[in-house]
Amino acid sequence: MGPAVRVRRLEPVAIGAVLSRELAVFRRYWRSTTFSSIVEPTIFLLAFGFGFGALVSRVAGYDYVEFVGTGIVATAVLFSSVFPGLFSTFIKRRFQRTYDALLAAPIDVEELVTAEVVWLALRAGVYGMAPLLVAMLFGLDPSPGMALVPFIGFLTGFGFAAFGVLISAIAKAIDNFNYVTSSVITPLFLVAGTFFPIDALPGWASTLAQVNPLHHCVELVRHAVFGLQPVADLAHVAVLVVFGVLMWRLAIWRLRLRLID
Amino acid sequence: MAAHAIVLRGARKAFGPITAVAGVDLDVPAGTCLGLLGPNGAGKSTTMRLLTAQAIADAGEIEVLGHRLPEESKAARARCGVVPQIDNLDYELTARENLEVFARLYRIPRPKRREAVDRALETANLTARADGVVDELSGGMRRRLLLARGLVHRPELLLLDEPTVGLDPQVRTELWSLIDTLRSEGVTILMSTHYIEEAERLADEVAIMSGGRIVARGRPAELVAEHVGREAVEVYGPPAELQEVEERALTGGLPTRRSGPALAVLGTEGSENGSLPGGHPRPANLEDAFVLLTGAEVE
Repeated sequence: MGPAVRVRRLEPVAIGAVLSRELAVFRRYWRSTTFSSIVEPTIFLLAFGFGFGALVSRVAGYDYVEFVGTGIVATAVLFSSVFPGLFSTFIKRRFQRTYDALLAAPIDVEELVTAEVVWLALRAGVYGMAPLLVAMLFGLDPSPGMALVPFIGFLTGFGFAAFGVLISAIAKAIDNFNYVTSSVITPLFLVAGTFFPIDALPGWASTLAQVNPLHHCVELVRHAVFGLQPVADLAHVAVLVVFGVLMWRLAIWRLRLRLID
Repeated sequence: MAAHAIVLRGARKAFGPITAVAGVDLDVPAGTCLGLLGPNGAGKSTTMRLLTAQAIADAGEIEVLGHRLPEESKAARARCGVVPQIDNLDYELTARENLEVFARLYRIPRPKRREAVDRALETANLTARADGVVDELSGGMRRRLLLARGLVHRPELLLLDEPTVGLDPQVRTELWSLIDTLRSEGVTILMSTHYIEEAERLADEVAIMSGGRIVARGRPAELVAEHVGREAVEVYGPPAELQEVEERALTGGLPTRRSGPALAVLGTEGSENGSLPGGHPRPANLEDAFVLLTGAEVE
């Protein structure tokens, strides 16, 4: 006889099992992930810091290195959540059939998606710190508020990982990701106030940037590092929470359509 | 415990215009092994997926271990072990790591997990390869690991979907003895297969599926006796000659089937062997019954 089994929604034990799987797999590729998480911000800081930094020394009241060094935290969070959300969930569903294996056991799609998204959000929270560490080598001063950055990374990464899972569940083939990468992810990444302030944009573009969740992440990270602005920052957190919950529910809905006949 | 581990009543499942399962009634008594035998495309895999609620029936009632599906499928799945047709192991992980994930999923309490994983590895003769990455295991070992994964929580019911498809004869025999051991331990088994021999050796009873329906059900010997008879005669010869023999048999009311270069005339007991020149008499078998009932030739 099997052990007595509780069957409810969102059981921590089911989510924990999937997290343990992700952790076991991660032990095999953490080196390459960590390598790129350090090298990428270094390149951004070298390129933009020395390139633009030679032209502009201060932006929006910050040294340019401070501006970019905090901004690219959001880039790191975005890339480390949305791309695995797209690719690795597609591969696990379509090619490795991992999800078929899991769903034959007592776990449902809601728990599965939640676990995958939480895992990617945790990773995004940790790897979001990498650009700050690199930026310190370029002259960014440490501050206690930096301790908040992993939480901001988690919150933002949760929404973007769920967005990636959602698109991977809608796409029929991996090639279709190109449409989303070039028309959604690239603009989100560029027009978020990472490399230049959005109020320098034309009115319509700056309004659009306001609805870009990544912009709210950028603002939160800068405020965490250089000084919180409680009212504005609560609004930024609220936007990210709404985005995260919305994407999470949509991802569950679409992936269930794919996995359960 | 319910008398039947699995009950299907009028279960139907269509995918767009294709009806995969067209009203299946099936009981699997607890503690028995039922072979679901049918040609490719008969609806076996879909039936198996209905039992884990990975497919939701359009109509009909399904009960697994007393749990109504799909509402209570999670509780049912906790007490079932599933061995899929496709290899969906985590190839980057070790055999042990694969089992550990499922030991957690199946709610084995932490202090007992190690023991459960060790036992499953031992059952599948994989103890020596426990810490080897799945990618480096042979096809037969991977198949045994899939079985171990479905057994890690000592399920009351085991769902085996084509457990030995694509394996060489030695590995197949090895898996059969594993499955036979489980059966003797009282685990209820539902096993889909399109290998006649597999069903004949392992199953207490066989349900033959064709076109999304169960077309016959019974002990292998009963099925043969009921649908074929006791004896068959195989005739070899050029096509024209076989054609002639076939026509003669059919006129005489005896069913026939083609098997490669030969023609088998079935149910020949009591008829005169002299009418079949060059024929080799043999006992009727389950394959004869299968082909008669499904109209298909299989491996």
